Amino acid sequence: MTKRLNPTVGKGLLFCRSRKKVMAEEETELSDKQKKEIAKWFLLNAPAGEIQYVAKDLKSVLNNDDVYDEAASEAFPVYNKSHMICLEMPGRFGDVLVTSYGELQGNEYLDPKTAQVAIVDHVKQVCTEVRPATDEELPTPYVEEYRCALEAEMLKYVSEAYPKGSCSVYCINGKDVEGPGNDFELVAVISAARLSPQNFCTGSWRSIWNIECKDDIQVLELKGKLQVGAHYFEEGNVQLDAKHECRDSTMFQSPDDGAIAIASLIRHHETEYLASLEASYLNLPDATFKDLRRKLPVTRTLFPWHSTSQFNLTREISKELGIGK
Amino acid sequence: MEAAMGLMRRMPPRHSETALSALLSLLPHNSSDLLSQVDLPLQVLSDDDSGKRFILCEYNRDADSYRSPWSNKYHPRLEDAPYPSSKLRQLEIEANDIFTVYCDQYYEGGISSVYMWEDDNEGFVACFLVKKDGSKTGQGRRGYLEEGTWDAIHVIEVGPEEETTRYCLTSTVMLSLTTDDVSSGTFSLSGSIRRQMNMNLPVADGHLCNMGKMIEEMEGKLRNSLDQVYFGKTREMVCTLRPPSEVLPMRLPDS
Repeated sequence: MTKRLNPTVGKGLLFCRSRKKVMAEEETELSDKQKKEIAKWFLLNAPAGEIQYVAKDLKSVLNNDDVYDEAASEAFPVYNKSHMICLEMPGRFGDVLVTSYGELQGNEYLDPKTAQVAIVDHVKQVCTEVRPATDEELPTPYVEEYRCALEAEMLKYVSEAYPKGSCSVYCINGKDVEGPGNDFELVAVISAARLSPQNFCTGSWRSIWNIECKDDIQVLELKGKLQVGAHYFEEGNVQLDAKHECRDSTMFQSPDDGAIAIASLIRHHETEYLASLEASYLNLPDATFKDLRRKLPVTRTLFPWHSTSQFNLTREISKELGIGK
Repeated sequence: MEAAMGLMRRMPPRHSETALSALLSLLPHNSSDLLSQVDLPLQVLSDDDSGKRFILCEYNRDADSYRSPWSNKYHPRLEDAPYPSSKLRQLEIEANDIFTVYCDQYYEGGISSVYMWEDDNEGFVACFLVKKDGSKTGQGRRGYLEEGTWDAIHVIEVGPEEETTRYCLTSTVMLSLTTDDVSSGTFSLSGSIRRQMNMNLPVADGHLCNMGKMIEEMEGKLRNSLDQVYFGKTREMVCTLRPPSEVLPMRLPDS
């Protein structure tokens, strides 16, 4: 970290008088509760995959393990679910996504693919044990057939489109529906994260697709929420934060046909969204960024600093450049 | 301090003010270190005498007042406040006039301020500031940006006047931009970078000319690395997460 000026440099003008009210200085020491809230703010604002780094720095800034532990125990579960982190289950069950859709009681998360329930240590971000899901925790065979078909299609799509993506399909409404004539709702989530701290780069892609299966009007309604973030921090700190929502629908049909139709809609919307992100990047240099600062002056030549010492100042320069100031 | 700077490096740049005030309240004893190492988006005040706006920073502040480069008066009024020597004030006036023209050319608007003060080793320090609101409701000529800010801080330490004088420049740029439309959602980039540049230049060319050229070169470099390197890296990351396929797959008919 480069240091700006030695604070004594301009001592005539700077740091000699009482500093402006800088929040805490003249106030009393923060209460532990206030400290905890601040600590949670830092943890929850950690970029994808960086919460452990933030936690480490935060711990040393706080210098109070009780406050830190309390903040961590409250912030980590929220962070893990909103980032939909992917954890390995012990015992060759594969990975489980930590999401609010799979959340049971306590720190238990359902993995619908394997019908296992993962017990998660949020702060350590590991899955400590698994147990088989009970019948009450799983959808009826009727709903499961739809869910399972969609899951198969989604897994296929995700493995093709995302080099390191995970996907789960949950039933979030009507999992007790026994047969035709009733509505139920599925949600398909995709989570892909990349951490490359040695290259000072992290990023994540999260998609949440709600599928309302409306039996009465024979329609599958699709609602998507996509969120993409990236962080590059070599000698700087630059972050991308992009969000998009979209809707679509298709006919209610057999589990297999419905799954194919839904997965292809999702593929279509996500491919289009990626293309629109690319377009946003392409627009930067000559359009968007130009409204902040031009690459070259309006005159398209470098600024004539040399003339500034010869001519007498602005009026002359302005005249020379033909700008009526 | 190291941990505090580590946190600043990870928090979303658009929340840097919140992050800094949080750190200041957790680490009241490090406040002057924090304030000298963390740059924040610039604030602006109106100078009633000249009718112009000027930028606030640590370098024109005394107690709770800020000196305007246009009228040379503190806002709010302040007794016994420090001022640059009349010779340096003359250079400051010239610098403000010229820098206004410079900003018009590069920023097509925006607010600029230049402050100077003597330092202890017979040289002086100058601080050049630019603030631009490039949003479509601000001064964005093209109207692409829902939200867009650019803040540049250039501090130059100028060594004692000799045939070739040493100029040490430290520059920070903070920016954020957001576009928003129905088909592609919100797209937001924000960030800050800081760089240094040292040069020995013939004093015969004039301080303003020397400082101006350095700032122009530095701003160009910073803009370029933000655009090419920093934004480019986030774009690469997106493509790593979900590589673009060559062709948009055909949309199946809604069977």
